[in-house]
Amino acid sequence: MKFTEGPEIRDTKAPEGPIEERWEKRKFSAKLVNPANKRKLNVIVVGTGLAGGSAAATLGELGYNVKSFCYQDSPRRAHSIAAQGGINAAKNYRGDGDSIYRLFYDTVKGGDFRARESNVYRLAQVSVNIIDQAVAQGVPFAREYGGLLDTRSFGGAQVSRTFYARGQTGQQLLLGAYQALERQVAAGTVEMHTRHEMLDLIVSDGRARGVIVRDMVTGEIERHLADAVVLATGGYGNVFFLSTNAKGCNTTAIWRAHERGAYFANPCYTQIHPTCIPVSGEYQSKLTLMSESLRNDGRVWVPLRKNDERAPGDIPEDERDYYLERIYPSFGNLVPRDIASRAAKNVCDEGRGVGPGGLGVYLDFRDAINRLGRDAVEKKYGNLFEMYERITGENPYDVPMRIYPAVHYTMGGLWVDYDLQSTIPGLFVIGEANFSDHGANRLGASALMQGLADGYFVLPTTIGDYLANGPYGDVDEEAVAEAEIKVRTRIDRLLAVNGTRTPDSFHRELGKLMWDYCGMERTEESLRKALERIPELREEFWQNVKVSGTAEELNQVLEKAGRVADFFDLAELMCLDALVRTESCGGHFRAESQDADGEALRDDENFAHVSAWEHSPEGPVLHKEALEYEYVKMTQRSYK
Amino acid sequence: MNLTLRVWRQSGPSDKGRMVTYKVEDVSPDMSFLEMLDVLNEKLILEGDDPIAFDHDCREGICGMCGMVINGVAHGEQRATTTCQLHMRHFEDGAEITIEPWRAAPFPVVKDLVVDRSSFDRIIQAGGFVSVPAGSAPDAHSVPVRKEDADAAFDAATCIGCGACVAACPNGSASLFTAAKITHLSLLPQGQPERLSRAKAMVDQMDAEGFGGCTNTGECTAVCPKGIPLDTIAQMNSDYLKANAK
Repeated sequence: MKFTEGPEIRDTKAPEGPIEERWEKRKFSAKLVNPANKRKLNVIVVGTGLAGGSAAATLGELGYNVKSFCYQDSPRRAHSIAAQGGINAAKNYRGDGDSIYRLFYDTVKGGDFRARESNVYRLAQVSVNIIDQAVAQGVPFAREYGGLLDTRSFGGAQVSRTFYARGQTGQQLLLGAYQALERQVAAGTVEMHTRHEMLDLIVSDGRARGVIVRDMVTGEIERHLADAVVLATGGYGNVFFLSTNAKGCNTTAIWRAHERGAYFANPCYTQIHPTCIPVSGEYQSKLTLMSESLRNDGRVWVPLRKNDERAPGDIPEDERDYYLERIYPSFGNLVPRDIASRAAKNVCDEGRGVGPGGLGVYLDFRDAINRLGRDAVEKKYGNLFEMYERITGENPYDVPMRIYPAVHYTMGGLWVDYDLQSTIPGLFVIGEANFSDHGANRLGASALMQGLADGYFVLPTTIGDYLANGPYGDVDEEAVAEAEIKVRTRIDRLLAVNGTRTPDSFHRELGKLMWDYCGMERTEESLRKALERIPELREEFWQNVKVSGTAEELNQVLEKAGRVADFFDLAELMCLDALVRTESCGGHFRAESQDADGEALRDDENFAHVSAWEHSPEGPVLHKEALEYEYVKMTQRSYK
Repeated sequence: MNLTLRVWRQSGPSDKGRMVTYKVEDVSPDMSFLEMLDVLNEKLILEGDDPIAFDHDCREGICGMCGMVINGVAHGEQRATTTCQLHMRHFEDGAEITIEPWRAAPFPVVKDLVVDRSSFDRIIQAGGFVSVPAGSAPDAHSVPVRKEDADAAFDAATCIGCGACVAACPNGSASLFTAAKITHLSLLPQGQPERLSRAKAMVDQMDAEGFGGCTNTGECTAVCPKGIPLDTIAQMNSDYLKANAK
């Protein structure tokens, strides 16, 4: 795939000066909108997860006219609901030495020095308000007997800063945001459109001015116009087919925005989560994650011997390899996700994996049960144990869990500046859909933090600065018509192929290709192979896909086909990005770039930048945004 | 495993609907119920038939989107389980399985097994929240909450809004759902100021949507995938009575 290099991105709009003052400065310099004018300003928010739900609720509360869209039957079902473990906040309630600065430091280091300092510092600052907000909403966080909030520690951190609600923290936080959203729906400030899917972005006079959506029940194609558009549509991990994402998660909204001019940053950064339930068969439709919090008490091990087929209980202590504790004595089982995932892959590649196909490692609670008692373990992790048993048919109180890494989160996404605005004026991107805060690896319990920080606190301020210059007048009718025709043509084209393969069969094949060639480990050779194979498979898709039914009804095959079509284009850009970045960092492991111990080897001289890709008919254009580290010294990450 | 499925097919809200029989072969016991339907749907697509429409998303038992009546029981006979977490190892080889949508007047059928549950959202809109604008909250430690209360509130808050309680209730009542939401907030200090007005507004909305009344048959808790207890309904009734007495 050919690409060219374009001009560097020099201005991210982050204020200058001491890092702890930048957000205050920006808030003060942002223009304000008179309350009477707010109701004349229309904002579209696509997606209703932690980022989109909290943003729509807050914008409605501020007095803007908001339209909110989601593909599910209710905004309460967005996939943020599935996050188990917790949410970080620099409250230092434990007095264990935590601070905003330390959370900032851990996050920059955890991201392998590929995140922006200014953004991450702001995230750490705002984290404190998120907990206050959620508690005030009635989110039932875990409490101590004294009535105060309980916390726990999480991968990549040595302090206890993770707030949680049993193993259902995402659910409880999302319900808080959802309830705030429904309150605004009742107040008439937010108009909710469920079972609607965004299929294109309307750009008029260079500004984002609306969306084309499909009513998934009637098939009607609708146009909705506004002064600004916010995308909160989540990540694109489902490009791998098997992932921990909900089945409906897709890339269409951000991909179409990319085609309309929004740069796509660091598409190759995929987080592989170390503690998922291993794949059991060909029919499998998704992977289930076991909360990383399990690594607080569970010990990870494999047999010392290769192809050891004994039952775990029959393997004596001195024939077990607690490899994380061995290799990383100071973090042990709590090393960050990228490190734990790669270590699991390595021991399985050595032939020491357990379970079907040797693709699994043990996560063992035997010692924790002996130390704390079964009841205490059940209190902490009961629902997770139950979930594991449901899926595998094995009881983890008696035999160790088997886990294996799986695709979980995408750190890449649409490029945004400090204001969370994309390269299309008026198009804001928040939560997992943007790229900005996590660098090349995301620490545990930090996605919920970013979603809510963006939605409740950051976007509502920064979008005001943009909206203060609005309303932006009439939208060019031709731009709307063009987008609508494009959407209709695409749907007609999908229905007309009438081939012999289902959308799912293509998705599976694409996913396998991506996992094999652009997964936990990438090489120049594997990426070149993928870049050769993806266009062929895409060609076959457009020649041979079979979409049954019509466009004027609830048609889940059509929905699926449209999403798979976009995954092909995205997959290609992911592989290209991975190929160009010849260093290893975080979740992006290029086998050619590793040190003598097999750890990821960064190349700061050549790659301390964000790769922001511009879409162009002649092929992608690469723009680099240099990353500067004034506060956290770039060092080789070590968790030993 | 080989199975015979009897599935409710209904092309849209105005269609009368009917049961259709399908054979599925080579089902693995490790498959989830939805994966078994995926396999059938792949076959139907290739044969040029309309695949069975059903709602699903997270497939981890938490989003509440999936739900079907399996052999007469909402989410199937396995206790405390969503349809996506129900695995085929719980069925006999050669079994005949009947699959139908949630049936209740306030949940109109959209297509096949997909129903419209937006009435639940409207119950929340009526008052299922704490009125708190973003950015004005006091420090989270300024109001301690007894651990017992926080835990009990959490137990009620785990409701996933799937609607199984309604589907199972002979009266088509949404009491368990509404009570779970009311109980969650009424057990916390943050929920006190609006406690009675909330209960009244939500119960009134539930009635306005056309859900039936509760006669304590308990079918709802029996099928609830999250085990929401029946005594939440007592809590709701108590708050509702107090609200009306005022």
